[in-house]
Amino acid sequence: MKNNADIIIIGSGVIGNAAAYYLAKKGCSVIVLEKSESIGNGGSSRNGGGVRQSGRDKRELPLAMYGIKNIWPTLSEELDMDVEYYQQGNLRLGKTEAHRNILSGLTKNAADGGLNVRMIDGEEARAICPYLSEEVTGASWCPTDGHANPMLTTLAYYRKARQLGVRFITGEGVQEIRKIRGKARQVVTQNAVYEGETIILAAGYESREIASQLGIDIPMTQALLEVLVTEALPPMFYQMLGTAAADFYGHQSTHGSFVFGGSSGFEGVNRDNGTPTTASITASCICRGIMKYFPMLEEAKIVRSWAGWMDVCADMVPVISPVEEVPGLIIAAAFSGHGFGIAPTVGLLLSEMATAKTTTLDLSAFRYDRFKAKI
Amino acid sequence: MMNKINDRSRNLGDYSVGADDAMIICRCEEITKGDIRQAVHAGMFTLTEIRRYLRTGMGLCQGQTCGRLIKGIVARELGVSPLDLEPAVSRAPMRPIEMKVLGNER
Ligand SMILES: Cc1cc2nc3c(=O)[nH]c(=O)nc-3n(C[C@H](O)[C@H](O)[C@H](O)COP(=O)(O)OP(=O)(O)OC[C@H]3O[C@@H](n4cnc5c(N)ncnc54)[C@H](O)[C@@H]3O)c2cc1C
Repeated sequence: MKNNADIIIIGSGVIGNAAAYYLAKKGCSVIVLEKSESIGNGGSSRNGGGVRQSGRDKRELPLAMYGIKNIWPTLSEELDMDVEYYQQGNLRLGKTEAHRNILSGLTKNAADGGLNVRMIDGEEARAICPYLSEEVTGASWCPTDGHANPMLTTLAYYRKARQLGVRFITGEGVQEIRKIRGKARQVVTQNAVYEGETIILAAGYESREIASQLGIDIPMTQALLEVLVTEALPPMFYQMLGTAAADFYGHQSTHGSFVFGGSSGFEGVNRDNGTPTTASITASCICRGIMKYFPMLEEAKIVRSWAGWMDVCADMVPVISPVEEVPGLIIAAAFSGHGFGIAPTVGLLLSEMATAKTTTLDLSAFRYDRFKAKI
Repeated sequence: MMNKINDRSRNLGDYSVGADDAMIICRCEEITKGDIRQAVHAGMFTLTEIRRYLRTGMGLCQGQTCGRLIKGIVARELGVSPLDLEPAVSRAPMRPIEMKVLGNER
């Protein structure tokens, strides 16, 4: 088989797969190279599934709003696969005055950005979600937020892109991007050399290493989060949940299980062997957080837990940008723990960036060269 | 461990309905042999992908009953030996455990 294509994408996370799909739809030939044995084995299959606008950085808000208005509602039909998207709102919960102050601040920012989000009291929160404990005294409420199944979304983009002729190769870790006559062109793995007119680097945290060989440094680190899932329970509510204190976040899924994410506070110093591993104290800690808000879940059985890495940018928003010094290279990384909800928008914009001069939304806030020292 | 290179565009031949496709393989999540075979044809080539796509082995028994069967079905569909397929990762806790028990501080 030929190792050339119009576009080579590095990384088959939800970002790489979505970009592959929208590019294939435009008629481009695409090869996706994935280091792991499985498609989407990074953060994309491990995240909490939040498809939120509320709580977003104002630079990211237009991306989130665009996707929720134009892409998410019909994504299952478009990809011929149920991605389990629910748009039943986001409740960010508070128990104390300090919590309510945090929530008011977030709410004001988002409302200034044009989002329909407001503060509600505990009673109104319980009218929306009757299972909430009396401890909840306030919440921010964004009725157009929601959640989807991240594993299915990632695989749905893969499956559809593959049907459209995109060539995916797993177990194919990229070592280097090489320039030919000043332009990014070759993608080198242990096994082969691939060639493309445009190269999209969407390898999460590992994008840093690959880009740095070309003299481009994206200031980001890796941070771990954990997720746990309960047995299937009867349908109760489909709002996305979060808390001002960040004790936990999550939702009930189509399957009936609740998916809850959180942390212990020791993630920065946990031991690991280079793979994202759960720590023995974290799931317990997340459970304690959940039970304060949802006492009725105390008998729900936890069946599984896992960990995933976020690629956290110095300023907490991603880099989605062509690189001037390396024509032909586009970087899409450092999604900082909230890249799933905006992935359809980002995939679409990447397909535009790779094929046209303009993009539907302005991406200048996400440039690779925006980072400046403090003085 | 080095991951094996795996081209997802390789031709598996057409999917043909099997006589025992309706047989339930994953009892917790009620997934049939036909579901698993079709998932392979849709591009799910690893046990991890199959699990995320169909929820096989994600139920109460966490795949302890069906794990081997699924491996055999996927391997046959791909035309490889079951030994070539990495098992999907086992996840803590080993047995389902109530939130109030897991959340107990000591
Ligand atoms: C626990 C957790 C919860 C989260 N919750 C949410 C949420 O609720 N809402 C939300 O919007 N976001 C959430 N996120 C963030 C979200 O998961 C990510 O931002 C998103 O999945 C990023 O997608 P990606 O494709 O950039 O990265 P990834 O999914 O990490 O994909 C990068 C891919 O590149 C591959 N790769 C790495 N190096 C190489 C190489 N050298 N060659 C080839 N391939 C390579 C990796 O194997 C990987 O498959 C969460 C993240 C975590 C970890």
